[in-house]
Amino acid sequence: MEKVDVRGLSCPMPVIRTKKAIDQGAKELLVVGSSSVSRENVNKLAASCGYQVNLIKNEESNWEMELKK
Amino acid sequence: MDRTKWFMLVTGLAIGAIAVILVKLGNPPNMGFCIACFERDIAGAIGLHRADVVQYMRPEIIGMVLGAMFTSLFAGEFKSRGGSATFVRFIMGVFMMIGALVFLGCPLRDVLRMAGGDYNAVVGFIGFIFGVGTGVFFLKRGFNLGRAEYSHSQAGAYVLPVIMAFFFFLLLKGTIFNPQAGGPLFFSAKGPGSMFAPLAFSLAAGLLVGFLAQRTRLCLSGGIRDFLLIQDNTLLLGFIGIFIGALLLNIYFGFFKPGFAPQPVAHPQHIWNFLGLYLVGMTATLLGGCPLRQLILSGEGDTDAASVVVGMIVGAAVCHNFAIAAGAMKAAAAGAPAVAGGPGIYGQIACVVGIVVIALLGFMFKEE
Repeated sequence: MEKVDVRGLSCPMPVIRTKKAIDQGAKELLVVGSSSVSRENVNKLAASCGYQVNLIKNEESNWEMELKK
Repeated sequence: MDRTKWFMLVTGLAIGAIAVILVKLGNPPNMGFCIACFERDIAGAIGLHRADVVQYMRPEIIGMVLGAMFTSLFAGEFKSRGGSATFVRFIMGVFMMIGALVFLGCPLRDVLRMAGGDYNAVVGFIGFIFGVGTGVFFLKRGFNLGRAEYSHSQAGAYVLPVIMAFFFFLLLKGTIFNPQAGGPLFFSAKGPGSMFAPLAFSLAAGLLVGFLAQRTRLCLSGGIRDFLLIQDNTLLLGFIGIFIGALLLNIYFGFFKPGFAPQPVAHPQHIWNFLGLYLVGMTATLLGGCPLRQLILSGEGDTDAASVVVGMIVGAAVCHNFAIAAGAMKAAAAGAPAVAGGPGIYGQIACVVGIVVIALLGFMFKEE
C-alpha cells in the first residue's frame, strides 16, 4: 500500500499530496498526518473522490488513515 | 449542503454583521474588522511607527488570539508547533503587510469594503484572486516551506497569547512609563486610530470571532484557493457569508454608499489596489492562510503563524516609517485641499519588490 506522509505540512499541502497519489490511480493509500485540520481535509477529499475512509489511528498530533476504492 | 457548510455560512454572516456593528459603535468606516489595519494600529500603539493617525491598541486582535487559544484548549487542538522556515515566514509577513497597506486593508476588509459599496475593493478583489491563483501555481509546482514539528513543551504556544494579554493590561492600566517621549502606548487624537468601539464590545467581538474562526477554520485566501485547487466551496461560503452579513447591515444602517470615490480610508488607484491585494493573495496562499487565519493559528500554538503576525506588525512599522503605506483619498474640506490618495513612489516600489521577492521564494522553495 502506498504511503503518503503529510505530517507537519501547512495547508493545503496535505490535500495536494493526497490528491497527487489519488490522481496517479492509487486504489489503496495510507495517509499519516499530525494536525486535526489536515485530518478533516484529507478525509473530505478522499470521500469526495469515492474512497472508503478508515481511520486506523487517531491520537493527539498523530493520525493514520486508510483509503480504499 | 452539509452541517459544516451551514456552520461556515452562518459564521460568515455573524462576522460580517459583527463588523458593521463595530462600525456603528465607533470603529472606522468599512473597518469593523481589518486584521492588517488593526495590527498596524497596534504597531503604532507601541510606538514602532509614529504615524499619529493610526495608533490604538485594538482589543479585537487581542480578543481573536485569546479566543482562538481558549477554543483550541477546549477542543484539544492547542499544541505548540513550529520550525517551518520560521524566519522566511516572518519576512513574508512583512511583505503581506506592505501589500495590504498599499491596498488599504486585508482580505477581510476587502470583503467589508465591497459590502459597503466600495468599488475599489472589487478591483482589489480581482487582484486577490489572481494572487491566490499565482500561489496555487507555485503550490502545484511543489512549493513547500518545510514541515513543522510538534514541540516537546507547550511553553512556546503561550508566548504570543501572553504578549497579547500584556498589551491588554497596558490598555486597561494606561500607565505612561516615559512622559517625555510618550508610551508605552500611543493613542491617536485624530484619524482612524482615534475611532474605536467601546473596549468591552471590541474585546467581546474579538473573542467571539476568534472562537468562530477557530472552529470553522475560516480563511479568505483559502476560500479562493480551495475553489481553484479542488473545486471545494466550504471556505468560500464563509467569504460569501461575511459579504452578505455586512451588506445587509450596511444597508440597514445607511452605511451602504456605492461608487469609486470618495470611499472611507480607501484610494481609487486601480493598479495599486489590484497589485496590493495581488501581493497579499500570493503571500497568504504560500503561507497557508490569510492574515486572519494566521492570527487564529497563532492562538492555537502555531509559532510559525505567530512569526507571521509579528512580521506583519513590524511590516506596518516599515510601511509608515518609510512612507510606503498608501494615503486615503479625501475630498476638499474647509482649510484642507483634496487628497488624491494612493501609494507614493516608495509604496509602489515596495509593492513591486514584494511581488518579485515572494515569486522568487515561490520558485526557490520547490521540493523535488
